[in-house]
Amino acid sequence: MATPLTLKELSKKEELFTHGHRMCAGCGAPTIVKMVLLATEYPVVAANATGCLEVSTCISEYTAWKIPWIHTAFENAAATLSGVETMYRSLKKQGKIDKDVKFIAFGGDGGTYDIGFQSLSGAMERGHDMIYICYDNGAYMNTGIQRSSATPMGADTTTCPAGSCVPGKLRPRKNLTKIMAEHNIPYAAQASPSHWMDLMKKVRKAHELPGAKFLNVISPCNRGWRSKTNDAITLSRLAVNTCYWPLYEIEEGITKVTYTPKEKLPLLDFIKPQGRFKHLFEPGNEWLLKAMQEEVDREWAKLQAAEKCGC
Amino acid sequence: MKQKGWKDLPPGSVILEGGSAARFKTGSWRAFRPVWIEENCIQCLFCWIYCPDMAVKVKDGKRTEFDYDFCKGCGICALECPGKKGKKAIEMVEEGK
Repeated sequence: MATPLTLKELSKKEELFTHGHRMCAGCGAPTIVKMVLLATEYPVVAANATGCLEVSTCISEYTAWKIPWIHTAFENAAATLSGVETMYRSLKKQGKIDKDVKFIAFGGDGGTYDIGFQSLSGAMERGHDMIYICYDNGAYMNTGIQRSSATPMGADTTTCPAGSCVPGKLRPRKNLTKIMAEHNIPYAAQASPSHWMDLMKKVRKAHELPGAKFLNVISPCNRGWRSKTNDAITLSRLAVNTCYWPLYEIEEGITKVTYTPKEKLPLLDFIKPQGRFKHLFEPGNEWLLKAMQEEVDREWAKLQAAEKCGC
Repeated sequence: MKQKGWKDLPPGSVILEGGSAARFKTGSWRAFRPVWIEENCIQCLFCWIYCPDMAVKVKDGKRTEFDYDFCKGCGICALECPGKKGKKAIEMVEEGK
């Protein structure tokens, strides 16, 4: 029987992601991996695209993973895992394996939204039985905070530095969860580590559905977001409550919002604690703050409309 | 640790021992130390689930001491701790004080 989703029962399970990894203090990604592996009730094989998570959980002879884990290049976590999953299906057919094994690919937003996009799109289209989990921290944090297509509008990064020429990134972020859902996959969802129960339920649901699944999880990065080391969970909660990062799932094309904030907070509450947005409070940049709020409102309205019409 | 030559490493530099990072202690990174105040603890286990470094020890569903060998002192546990009657069960104390 599956472990009940209570912290007391979950804490009795073996943690398959150990301490001693070298992610920064206060990083959101290890918490996400821990939650995903705690929610998983099957033997699991993971592939990891190059990124913070990959380089700092497996250094030389030290690995933080207690599961079979494959390091891949930046662009091909989904392709590598497709091959592994195909091999597993073949061995199962030949009667050499009888266990039910699940497959998870982890990638950062750089390795998912940009560099790994084509291999991810291919794996989703072919329908390999796996979950691809993107921990989205909104820039190439590992190489020094370069902009990615997941970087929010207005953010200061080293490749779109806020200054006299540009006030940070001018383009809105790419909505990857929706793009993945458009591959007609059985399940695509967005989650946040602050809402651990929602995240774990989504992981469990994804494991039970056959085919390719995609999960996008917000992962605060105090180095890149220029925030405090202790606010990863607080910031991810604010992202949800301001509707910057709405929690929803798209199952067989049907959108469902899994968490509606009691009170939708202004986007300012989310961006104020982050140094990467501090230039937005200088005179002359008010229009950008307004544009960012409008974009969030528009996306939230679209999501609610999609839920209402059942599409 | 003595560095290994190419003849000592498994082919492809595969790591054969899962979870070997547990031998690499990251506690020395810490500038602030979380201190658990047991009487204010309601055993909600939020500190355990939100800890990015798996540095909250739990036994039979109850939290016990911090694992200072691995805690990097980020302070997430102290911020998320609901405490009892407005009193936090985790406080951050500067190391060396």
